[in-house]
Amino acid sequence: MLNDKDRIFTNLYGLSIPGLAGAQARGDWKDSRELLAKGRDWLIEEIKASGLRGRGGAGFSAGMKWSFMPKEIGARPHFLLINADEGEPGTCKDRDILRNEPHKLIEGALLSGFAMGAHTAYIYIRGEFFRETEAVQKAVDEAYAAGLIGPDACGSGWTFDIHLHRGAGAYICGEETALIESLEGRKGQPRLKPPFPANVGLYGCPTTVNNVETIAVVPEILRRGAKWFASLGRPKNTGTKIFCISGHVNRPCNVEEEMGIPLRELIETHAGGVRGGWDNLMAVIPGGSSVPLIPPSICDTVRMDFDSLQEVKTGLGTAAVIVMDKSTDIVRAITRLSKFYKHESCGQCTPCREGTGWMWRVMERLARGNATVEEIDVLEQVTRQVEGHTICALGDAAAWPIQGLIRHFRPELERRIAAFNQAQADKAA
Amino acid sequence: MPKLTIDGREVDVEAGLTILQACQKIGIEIPHFCYHERLSIAGNCRMCLVEMERAPKPVASCAMPVADGMVIRTNTPKVQQMRRGVMEFLLINHPLDCPICDQGGECDLQDQAIGYGYDRSRYAENKRAVKDKYMGPLIKTIMTRCIHCTRCIRFITEVAGIPELGATGRGEDMEVGTYVEKALTSELSGNIIDLCPVGALTSAPYAFTARSWELRPTESVDVLDAVGCNIRVDARGPEVMRVLPRVHEDVNEEWISDKTRFAYDGLKRRRLDRPWVRRDGKLLPATWTDAFAVVAQRVKDAGGKRVAAIAGDLADCESMLALKELMTGLRSPNLDCRQDGAKLDPTLRASYLFNTTIAGIEQAGACLLIGTDPRREAPVLNARLRKRFCVGKFPIGVVGPAGDLTYDVQHLGEDPAVIQEIAAGSHPFAEVLKQAKKPMLIVGQGALTRPDGAAILGMARRIAETCGMIDDEAGWNGFNVLHTAAARVGGLDLGFVPRKNGLDIEGILEGAAAGDIDVVYLLGADEIDMRRLGNAFVVYQGHHGDAGAARADVILPGAAYTEKNGTYVNTEGRVQNGRLAVYPPGEAREDWKILRALSDVLGKPLPYDTLGELRARLIKANPVFARVDVVQPAAWGEFGGDGQVDRAPFVPPIDNFYLTDPISRASLTMARCSEIFITGELGKTGTDA
Repeated sequence: MLNDKDRIFTNLYGLSIPGLAGAQARGDWKDSRELLAKGRDWLIEEIKASGLRGRGGAGFSAGMKWSFMPKEIGARPHFLLINADEGEPGTCKDRDILRNEPHKLIEGALLSGFAMGAHTAYIYIRGEFFRETEAVQKAVDEAYAAGLIGPDACGSGWTFDIHLHRGAGAYICGEETALIESLEGRKGQPRLKPPFPANVGLYGCPTTVNNVETIAVVPEILRRGAKWFASLGRPKNTGTKIFCISGHVNRPCNVEEEMGIPLRELIETHAGGVRGGWDNLMAVIPGGSSVPLIPPSICDTVRMDFDSLQEVKTGLGTAAVIVMDKSTDIVRAITRLSKFYKHESCGQCTPCREGTGWMWRVMERLARGNATVEEIDVLEQVTRQVEGHTICALGDAAAWPIQGLIRHFRPELERRIAAFNQAQADKAA
Repeated sequence: MPKLTIDGREVDVEAGLTILQACQKIGIEIPHFCYHERLSIAGNCRMCLVEMERAPKPVASCAMPVADGMVIRTNTPKVQQMRRGVMEFLLINHPLDCPICDQGGECDLQDQAIGYGYDRSRYAENKRAVKDKYMGPLIKTIMTRCIHCTRCIRFITEVAGIPELGATGRGEDMEVGTYVEKALTSELSGNIIDLCPVGALTSAPYAFTARSWELRPTESVDVLDAVGCNIRVDARGPEVMRVLPRVHEDVNEEWISDKTRFAYDGLKRRRLDRPWVRRDGKLLPATWTDAFAVVAQRVKDAGGKRVAAIAGDLADCESMLALKELMTGLRSPNLDCRQDGAKLDPTLRASYLFNTTIAGIEQAGACLLIGTDPRREAPVLNARLRKRFCVGKFPIGVVGPAGDLTYDVQHLGEDPAVIQEIAAGSHPFAEVLKQAKKPMLIVGQGALTRPDGAAILGMARRIAETCGMIDDEAGWNGFNVLHTAAARVGGLDLGFVPRKNGLDIEGILEGAAAGDIDVVYLLGADEIDMRRLGNAFVVYQGHHGDAGAARADVILPGAAYTEKNGTYVNTEGRVQNGRLAVYPPGEAREDWKILRALSDVLGKPLPYDTLGELRARLIKANPVFARVDVVQPAAWGEFGGDGQVDRAPFVPPIDNFYLTDPISRASLTMARCSEIFITGELGKTGTDA
């Protein structure tokens, strides 16, 4: 369990003093100028050494990502793009940061922007986050007024501007290249890679897109040192992470915890345990709607970090833990997710455009049992035909929950089919 | 050069190619739908996925650039399985209506389904249905068939330069359309029919008229503008069913304009299919013998000097040469092929050619347009200008009416005074031209048909000379004349112009009005003011009952461009051959044969009995005709007048793109387009009442 002294987000719940004064009292914006004075290379090396992995879901090394940016600023300006289009079902960590810790984000933007040579950062905020946009805008205004950002940010001589942009409600715009397209004013559709954004990104310029949480933890890492961050968690899965626990638990919550905490401990310590006790658990989706669910047998022992979850064929994703107890109609629940992905597919790539609709329709029938047992195999094959064959990861995200369901709950699917057919036969007789 | 391994074969390819192109180079076919070599890469159909070593996921070969040491596999069971998967996805929502689909037989989806499709469907749900969209009179849509490859969107946005098409909706609800339903206004819109890999966009006039395997293709060239687009004429029996583009990298790439593509129905209407002779003011059917006898009598009565000949815009070189030599035989010096009165100088070839060549536009560094609207006069050439513009650093100045040319231009003014300033070097754009590498200018017929056309031509020459457009060492000639008539350059090349002391077009018309010219021979000339012919005896040889035929005293029915083997020279000076696809209707004959027969009746027999002999004669008249499909650089020299210019603004030579010649004026499709785009709502400007 995480010690309070190692906590990064000390005002995650908004219980402390709001505004710049409160943030500074909690240690934000302390020594920012000195940190900037240590230079770009030091910043990038420090983040690399800390082992910070992107908090948006894919878990790519943040320092590595920054180092892909051109070393020198050429004819094209560099951009930092902060992805605050938090749309993954079950996830609400960025929302709390935007509400209550916006100065961590802004300071992080300055430091990481400086590290990658960007004078401008855009924060692309999910359109539904209206109050959150206000909170961030207020914090940005405060920071400008205090000279923390602007023409001479923190007195460092570095010019740094932050612009906010509100999205219009498409899940796909949380994908980094679709986000860029959307910010440029076009239809939110992922771009082909290569070229990668670090080379050709926003307006054709070198761009790094990072998640809100990734950027917000940067100042603390730099202040306390990479060693401190790396000492938390497990090798290659270092540091702390905000977990969003929702569903059938007694106290749903957002909580910052050490990486690698056992799932059961996480749920029982912070969320008051599963409704009706641990034995009442049916399944957990450990990383937001995109990752496959895991049954209680795995939940008993699994640790919450990127690699441990990958070993059990699921993923940490955004660390949104969705808990389902035995009252859940598990097939309906996954069907709802399928509908979500069918609704949110951008329509660009064939497998995702056509496959998400196909999968959802079969799932609808499976939820009622109106199918044949062979169709479970067809569905499984369809998910394999979508997975990995698309430009972005939405196709994968649509396929994985269904794969998880078939992997762990196939008997339930077959039972429903049998029951449905029996009922039909009885009706006919 | 990167070295990579494809299916176990080591290959060296140029850097910058994609895997798909590298595969094509070594003869490995990669199936694809959305990829098109002349459009930007979308990478969305996912049909071209291949395996790449060390890549976690299969890669889209159309989008992945080659790199040294890549190991690519295109023929593994896994790749086959991926293709089958994508094909299955494409087919689940694609209607199974191939038997009633006009794309049937030439459909990419159909062809590739043979290779990668399952023989039965595993999809048990309802298929998607999409409402058809209205895209104008040319394009028929069956949007349920759309596979969302976005080729049409990319073409209209990138090549045609009019972003009217786009995708709305998301996921399986994504639909391609014009946002607010309306007709596509691009003059190149028909090309999206060819680009569509399925039957979602098909030709509206061609709908349900033929199956592709019934058609007999003939490779030919277009004559409805002066670009000389390479076309394929598809005929069934005696009827032209459709016109498609052929690839010619230096002329039309693989695009053609809507007029070229859709005016063919004009070939079946208002045709002259028998000779006519006017008796007592009324045209009556006649036999060839009668008609020739009447013509012979009138020509004999008139005598050589009182006979004149005018060649029209669609005339082939063979018939023009035959008519020219017939006139020589009759001792008449009065002949002209410039029926619009353009002040073109026939003595120096460089003065009337598009010297830069169409492909050469891509090397140009700046451009000045003088009294020309290339978008209407030569849409395909305009697409080349846009292609160059899109590469960047290509300032374009326009003197004349400023319409939307599909690229950004600096509008320098409406009247020739601006040209005078540029020629004198006092205008800022002169500096732009001088600074540019390989600058060019284009003079349009709007500038040359004016009374002061010769002076403007002279000023254009001075601009070319003073702004560095003529560089013999680099082989660059930036002086260009954009013609609107397919017959014009050929006519000038073979000398269909007044001989010594002869009358030009203006002289002929004045002479006819004054009674000094007794017989006027119109070889398909319809664009002159027929009222000015006075009481002259008019012989009209042509294929359509247009203005000339209405005025004629004798009509000799000729062949349209799809009905004869003819030579045409495009605006660049490129000699190309049109070919006979169908026979002329009724008693109509190939034009040079009519003239050959008439020459016998007139007692001045022409010395050739076959097309081969006539073509040999053509080469003798001008050696350029010896080399087909080659642009021979023309020598520079003095030309053009230096008189005073008028301050009257330039007027575009084409006010209605869809109705420019006897064929398009006879076409119902073109009439419909004209109704919608020119006289209808879309043709109106905001200030029209």
